[in-house]
Amino acid sequence: MELTETLLLIGSVLAVVAVVVVGLFRRGGGQPPADHDRDVAPRGGTDTLTREPGTDTATAPPETAAPEAPPEPLTLRDRFRERLVRTRNVLGVSVAELFGGGVSDDAWEGLEELLISADVGVAATMQIVEDVRRRARDEGVTEADGVVALLKDELRSALEVPDRSLARATDDEPTVWMLTGVNGTGKTTTIGKLAAIEEREGRSVVLAAADTFRAAAADQLGLWADRTGARLVRKDEGADPASVAFDGWMAAIATDADLLVVDTAGRLHNRRELMDELGKVKRVVEKKSGPMDEVLLVLDATTGQNGLAQAGAFVDAVDVTGIVLTKLDGSSKGGIVVAVQRELGLPVKLVGLGEGIDDLAPFDPDAFVDSLFEPA
Amino acid sequence: MALPSVTVSVVSHHLLAIQRSPSVFDALAQRLDDALSRVRGRGRLDDETVDATLSEIRLALLEADVNFKVVRGFVSRLREVLVGEEVSKALNPSQQVVKAVHAELVRALGGESVTPDLSGNPAVIMLAGLQGSGKTTAAGKLAKQLKKKGRTPMLVACDLQRPAAVQQLRINAEKVGVHVYAPVESGDPVAVARDSLAKARDTGCDVVIVDTAGRLHIDTELMGQARDIRAAVDPTATLFVIDAMIGQEAVNVSKAFLDDVGFDGVILTKLDGDARGGAALSVREVTDRPIVYASVGEKMEDFEAFHPDRMADRILGMGDMMTLIEKAEDTFTEQETKDAEQALLSGDFTLEDFLKQMQMVKRMGPLKGVLGMLPGMGQALKDVDVDDKQLAHVEAIIYSMTLEERRDPRLLTKGGARRRRRIAAGSGRSVQEVNRLLKQFDQAKSVMKSVSKMAGMDSMNPQGRKGKRAQAKAAQQLMRSGQVPGQGGQGGLGGFPGLQQAPKRKK
Ligand SMILES: Nc1nc2c(ncn2[C@@H]2O[C@H](COP(=O)(O)OP(=O)(O)OP(=O)(O)O)[C@@H](O)[C@H]2O)c(=O)[nH]1
Ligand SMILES: Nc1nc2c(ncn2[C@@H]2O[C@H](COP(=O)(O)OP(=O)(O)O)[C@@H](O)[C@H]2O)c(=O)[nH]1
Ligand SMILES: [Mg+2]
Ligand SMILES: [Mg+2]
Repeated sequence: MELTETLLLIGSVLAVVAVVVVGLFRRGGGQPPADHDRDVAPRGGTDTLTREPGTDTATAPPETAAPEAPPEPLTLRDRFRERLVRTRNVLGVSVAELFGGGVSDDAWEGLEELLISADVGVAATMQIVEDVRRRARDEGVTEADGVVALLKDELRSALEVPDRSLARATDDEPTVWMLTGVNGTGKTTTIGKLAAIEEREGRSVVLAAADTFRAAAADQLGLWADRTGARLVRKDEGADPASVAFDGWMAAIATDADLLVVDTAGRLHNRRELMDELGKVKRVVEKKSGPMDEVLLVLDATTGQNGLAQAGAFVDAVDVTGIVLTKLDGSSKGGIVVAVQRELGLPVKLVGLGEGIDDLAPFDPDAFVDSLFEPA
Repeated sequence: MALPSVTVSVVSHHLLAIQRSPSVFDALAQRLDDALSRVRGRGRLDDETVDATLSEIRLALLEADVNFKVVRGFVSRLREVLVGEEVSKALNPSQQVVKAVHAELVRALGGESVTPDLSGNPAVIMLAGLQGSGKTTAAGKLAKQLKKKGRTPMLVACDLQRPAAVQQLRINAEKVGVHVYAPVESGDPVAVARDSLAKARDTGCDVVIVDTAGRLHIDTELMGQARDIRAAVDPTATLFVIDAMIGQEAVNVSKAFLDDVGFDGVILTKLDGDARGGAALSVREVTDRPIVYASVGEKMEDFEAFHPDRMADRILGMGDMMTLIEKAEDTFTEQETKDAEQALLSGDFTLEDFLKQMQMVKRMGPLKGVLGMLPGMGQALKDVDVDDKQLAHVEAIIYSMTLEERRDPRLLTKGGARRRRRIAAGSGRSVQEVNRLLKQFDQAKSVMKSVSKMAGMDSMNPQGRKGKRAQAKAAQQLMRSGQVPGQGGQGGLGGFPGLQQAPKRKK
């Protein structure tokens, strides 16, 4: 039997069967919609626990963020640089070394590998190297230093945005930020770090534990609330995440808070129901609050090319406004953000540099670009 | 049977085409077609052709996150396989190459699926890995699986780092109904690990599963701690837990865990996502440790043995199509194949044809499993309750129709209310169900038609970019019309691989 025929058959037959039968079951099988999907989580009670601000306030010395420049909440650039410099690039050679013997095909290939090894991705790498190559030719650059300068320039311009500060409410109502992302990227930890900074700067913060799915997720956020002095709004495991976020808003209004930060459950971007659920969380809050000031996507710096698909799906679902790149204290370079910003125009706003309360810094494109190439 | 390589190529060609990635429509097979176009009609793959081919394969593997150094080694092994390879008359060269790549990939991933030896009383399993890789979840899943096998597991809380990690493990233990040893929330995890063995004996547990804190492989202090925990409990199996979405650093991370802590096997997590998971190859190549489990979701039962062949399909962007095709070839007779094809191409697809095909599919095994092998469908079907009992209901409804009605469903739609009531009564189903079936069937049919048309268009346009886009779109449309909870822009019903080929075959 001809194999093409088998293929024809299977593809088509399965497709038809799938559409008819699955479609039928979806509507007819008495399936409750959307929220039965994940675990056997008990339907929780709906009483809202509002924890009093913890006594165990931030232990770290107050950060000297210039009070007259609120759009720049962090001044940790040096720590960012310092952390990044610690890691060697994987090739163990610098761009300067690559081009030390002149601008050769081998050197360009080495450069490609360097970018790919930083998870920049094949497509973006090819494009960047091509652009730099063309410029080198046009501008008659033949020295290693010149190539390095062109390359950094190219990357920096790929990462350029006018403003990386976190947006705040322009009226008297509380600012609202929401953190999203796939599982285990560092959403909750980042919220803890943000709360610490905000509280330290004298703003009152409410944290809404809208991850009602993962075991002990609200407890985890609760511990961060205790550490930072933020107020926690939570419900039982299995409760409707949108209602927790909504209660968070109501608590923020009631206590005249400056900021509401909504923690959400990690979810894979290819789960449509879960992405819909996230959209609902956003909508329900926004009905009262108006548009959220920031919807941040938390990307793990170790992530490979899938990061691009993640960003695309989260942008589609909840109009992400910026990226938090976490775990940059590891050896991964987080090069995927280059592709993400090129493709989607999403700027990186913050970086995570560890598990501690102070390990959050503003994204510094210069330091980031340097870290891609400079061996320690 | 041998791998049906024509299908491999065609499938990868079309399925890759609907992947949502920067390389959206650059299917590996298509790119190979270009690289190999000169070969047609020649006897052997020459050096130059092999070079061009290998460079395409290299890019495909890099896009799948295989580490670039690992790619280099893999590609040079492939070169040995390919150079001088006789181009078979039956296959076109790219199909042959895809087949070779696939075979080599399966081999590199370990060939067979293996499970760790967990005998011993108590058997001790230790989990280690980066932050957020899925250790605590995997601990619960392992416990659940072992409990099902009649063991009595105990979870041990040695993550005293992450806030509420201990509580998370407690809840997982409760969910799966096993013992948990979690004496402290902070302090020394090595002591907890050491004490857990005596505790297990006291409580009659015969498997101890030690959850540890996530740690960076470059954090020497914490890597030392993990080594100490391992030394304290002397595990039957130490398993390294790694996220399938990880990029190029997979090699350094896994090598460091191997050298500094040591492990016997790997758990690859979050495979329910759509990452190609090239890290699997990276880890395997640099550590030479088998990948033993695949974690495929957040629920405690989403845990499976790892299958190298499926992983190879996935890295090449082919879903489980290979498995599916082999299954189909084993199940369907030639005549059935011919009939089904005839029906689908005739443009006059009837409920009778549908009934026949449904029965063919049924023979392939539980419907959910079979459908799940289509790329993207597994995820889409995750929480849809596709019970084969319900299939029987569909059958019953169609059996209750007259032959005339099956051949011309329009008899039932326009003014066919009486007939529909009769059918409902005859099949013991509700009129609503009959209505829904007809509607679904109609939708499937109309979209099939437009896909078929677009596919025809595509075949006249050899570059095919536009056509493919249209085709992918049509496939998505079909998916939506079926209310399959799929994924916006990707996966789907496989883009109707065969239909596009159809017009060509007519000659
Ligand atoms: N090294 C390092 N670890 C981090 C960083 N940010 C978070 N983590 C750790 O990564 C793990 C996951 O962090 P969480 O904040 O729980 O992540 P999440 O996105 O809320 O996870 P889920 O809610 O389970 O999806 C924890 O062990 C954190 O301590 C970082 O910047 N560097
Ligand atoms: N989708 C998906 N999520 C997973 C999987 N395994 C773990 N997770 C999630 O990933 C996150 C981190 O998992 P956890 O077990 O706490 O990781 P740990 O930090 O290594 O202990 C949690 O949100 C889990 O629910 C998996 O296979 N698929
Ligand atoms: Mg969280
Ligand atoms: Mg854990």
